[in-house]
Amino acid sequence: MGKKPQFIEKDEVVIRFSGDSGDGMQLTGTLFSETAALYGNDLSTFPDYPAEIRAPEGTVGGVSGFTVHLGHSEVNTPGDYADVLVAMNPAAVKANAQWLKEGSTIIYDRDSFTEKNIQKAGYISDPVKEEKLEDYNIIAAPITSMVKEALKDFRLDPKSVLRTKNMFALGMVYWMFDRKLTYTEDYCNKKFKNRPEIAEANKIALRAGYYYAETIEALTPVRISPALLAKGTYRNINGNTATAWGLLAAAEKAGLKLFVGSYPITPATGILEELAARKDLGVISFQAEDEIAGICSAIGASFAGCLAVTSTSGPGLALKSEAIGLAVMTELPIVIIDVQRGGPSTGLPTKTEQADLMQALFGRNGECPVVVLAASSPSDCFNYAFEAARIALEHMTPVLLLTDGFIANGSEPWQIPKMSDLPDIKPPFAKKGNEPYFPYKRDDKKYARYWAIPGTPELEHRIGGLEKTIKGTVSYVPENHEYMVKIRDEKVKKVAGKVPDLKVYGEEQGDLLLIGWGGTYGHLLTAVKEMRRDGYKVGLACFNYINPLPQNVRNIFSRFSKIVVCEINLGQFAAYLKMNFQEFSYYQINKVQGLPFTIKEIKENCIKLLEDK
Amino acid sequence: MEEKKEQKYSPRDFKSDQEVRWCPGCGNHAILASIQRTLAELDIPKEKYVFVSGIGCSSRLPYYMNTYGFHGIHGRAAAIATGVKAANNSLSVWVITGDGDALAIGGNHFIHAIRRNIDLKIVLFNNEIYGLTKGQYSPTSEKGIVTKTSPYGTIEEPFSVGELVIGAKGKFFARTVDNNINLSTEIFTEAAKHKGASVIEILQNCVIFNDGVHDVVTGKDVRDDRTIILKHGEPMLFGKDKKSGLILDGLKLKVVRIGEKGIKEKDILIHNAHETNPGIHYFLANMRYPEYPLALGVIRAVEGETYDSALSEQIKKIQSGSAIKCVDDLLNSGTVWVVD
Repeated sequence: MGKKPQFIEKDEVVIRFSGDSGDGMQLTGTLFSETAALYGNDLSTFPDYPAEIRAPEGTVGGVSGFTVHLGHSEVNTPGDYADVLVAMNPAAVKANAQWLKEGSTIIYDRDSFTEKNIQKAGYISDPVKEEKLEDYNIIAAPITSMVKEALKDFRLDPKSVLRTKNMFALGMVYWMFDRKLTYTEDYCNKKFKNRPEIAEANKIALRAGYYYAETIEALTPVRISPALLAKGTYRNINGNTATAWGLLAAAEKAGLKLFVGSYPITPATGILEELAARKDLGVISFQAEDEIAGICSAIGASFAGCLAVTSTSGPGLALKSEAIGLAVMTELPIVIIDVQRGGPSTGLPTKTEQADLMQALFGRNGECPVVVLAASSPSDCFNYAFEAARIALEHMTPVLLLTDGFIANGSEPWQIPKMSDLPDIKPPFAKKGNEPYFPYKRDDKKYARYWAIPGTPELEHRIGGLEKTIKGTVSYVPENHEYMVKIRDEKVKKVAGKVPDLKVYGEEQGDLLLIGWGGTYGHLLTAVKEMRRDGYKVGLACFNYINPLPQNVRNIFSRFSKIVVCEINLGQFAAYLKMNFQEFSYYQINKVQGLPFTIKEIKENCIKLLEDK
Repeated sequence: MEEKKEQKYSPRDFKSDQEVRWCPGCGNHAILASIQRTLAELDIPKEKYVFVSGIGCSSRLPYYMNTYGFHGIHGRAAAIATGVKAANNSLSVWVITGDGDALAIGGNHFIHAIRRNIDLKIVLFNNEIYGLTKGQYSPTSEKGIVTKTSPYGTIEEPFSVGELVIGAKGKFFARTVDNNINLSTEIFTEAAKHKGASVIEILQNCVIFNDGVHDVVTGKDVRDDRTIILKHGEPMLFGKDKKSGLILDGLKLKVVRIGEKGIKEKDILIHNAHETNPGIHYFLANMRYPEYPLALGVIRAVEGETYDSALSEQIKKIQSGSAIKCVDDLLNSGTVWVVD
């Protein structure tokens, strides 16, 4: 491979692959991440794509991007600004110019920078000049003509030839970061098992890109050593898959069949898809006719004795509201997963947001409490899906798990847990006894009712949406209704007894406490790390248990001079905290752009707060 | 030489301790009795029954059955029942619903349960009115009916239950009348034995808000001439004297009299409920007085693969061929790496 290049050692790097929604950028990014993960880097990814399958070609609206942040040190976010941008067309430059680090490397397909495409992207003639990127490391690679040339002896149709452009670009990036092509080549062989000529064409384009990068001598190869991860077996995982697996783990621990009743909706569909593929583990997956049938079938399956779940996103959660009330009233264990996206209404289907919090907590008729949890990162979805199922099954209550588009689609390396290390789950099954079975009789500690499964002799009973007495008789007696409303509320509150204490990262007490919940964890953590490095006395507390809240919140809040609640909405969690802990005052950092926070904006806002005396 | 089977249950075993709260004279009392009688005669253990309902007068029925029961929310009984049956297909799952519950707010779940052919017994009480909300028109109300929400008469065409069932690829459709306990019991028994989504439309009388709506065909004095009870394998004869019958005249059914215009008994159609082609069943289900007698009995009963059995077979097949046997296997499948 010619002369040995000189490597630069780097601690971390952010690479953004960007192109038309048909350019295969999601796959390119995924293959790069897998390769980096196998090499041993820590990483975090962020796929960002339009709602349309093939948005208008060459337009900024049609740009699909995939960001990979890899590091030798711990990586908690996909990174705000890129060190390397791969732009398959001028629109990709337009969409990403503001997200580049000063002096970063831009690899673009020169052949796609035609007058028409340049103008379509909103430039006059020269995107590099117009964006003032002349001082950047610009690699104008003739990607289209190079793949045509490389594959000229192949009897492939022109379309298939052009589809290998992403592999050429990927090859270049592999050379830049000194990576092996093996994983990607294996992938091509597997993916195109039945079309060996396509597999071969992709591999040729990949290698052509690799050698091209070496030949042009315009790139300095970068080496990012493996991260110092704890000993163990790892894999790369995204949030939706982790959610599905957490549920599977819980079903196995509880000794129950897993039922999923869902309707496809972006960005939650991956959960249904993964569970539908898990018939090998006995999953009963039901693609319902609508969102309501999704949750209602889950309620039916729960009545019949399954661990039953339904997955959705904001609009679907709205449709499920009435049925969640039914699950509250019948006190059946179900897990409802809301992968939040930009709202209201159809909103921004493929973009992230945290604006379903109030809907999750309160969006139902009547006094209708449910347990609400939120996961922090892609792999953390496994933990909280498991925990949601555990609480649902042991406390006989619906549990709502909030994730979001950012962590659902994003991925990171994950140390694979052993099933033997996870806690057992013991649902309160009703047993035939001397006393008759009453459906709303409860245990004294958790107030969970006992679960009698159809098919069991002598436990026949009726439950439903009408208010009942302990015996299960329909009752409109005023005192009974109030009693039942209160006990359902108490039952959810009693979950708090097992909620782990809220932890503080950073200063245990100090000038500023950052508060977050769910998927903003990685950005907040990185911001706090960097601020502490700069000498600020800041701490971070991220909530995963939203209802009920951990029991030590007051204690933690009282140790800081200022509290700032950071969230991807207009301040829903801040309002909820005000409602629960009125003695504190809260500052807010909010963003509602369908995008995660940047570390920079968190830091800037916090520092401003710290400096305002 | 048939041995008399020991009767395991009596109808009383299926009565719950709940006080029945329907209006005196409501057709539902007789339907409840028919169901309890049917269950007592079937060879299914009591704990295997699950009665699921939506909202409406009909939907209170599960409370009165001493079986597993689930009173759902408006329109969703078929969806809830689908979950029950998919979770455990050894259960005998019955859906109790009404014309508003199944065909208005629950229309989507109704047609999809039928399309999937999931093994549910769907008992649809059709009184052509909203009773529980006290007298508004329903999707089966006759066009022009004056109700509280149609003070000047409705301007909508009603659904025909049978037409909808067949349109949704239904494989079992039967019709009975609330007070005909013998016929209802017979039909429920056939439905219980049929594998797949089975819809039983019951012409039910709401004594308060739509009293006598079905009397024009089901009244004591007229019912023999205005209804026909179809039985698989038997000629389609009706009338007090059993001399009226149905023939196929071109592409339409036609009512004829035996002995008139040279019509003989052999000219009368023989009912074949098992015919897969739904054409004739569609005609039969849509017959309306005065042109035709209204068809009662099992109009269509065609065997086919059920969703629930296909589901469990698919799971079994995939499981037997997979290397992933437990969650640990799954977590460690695919691309993994070890950090020492």
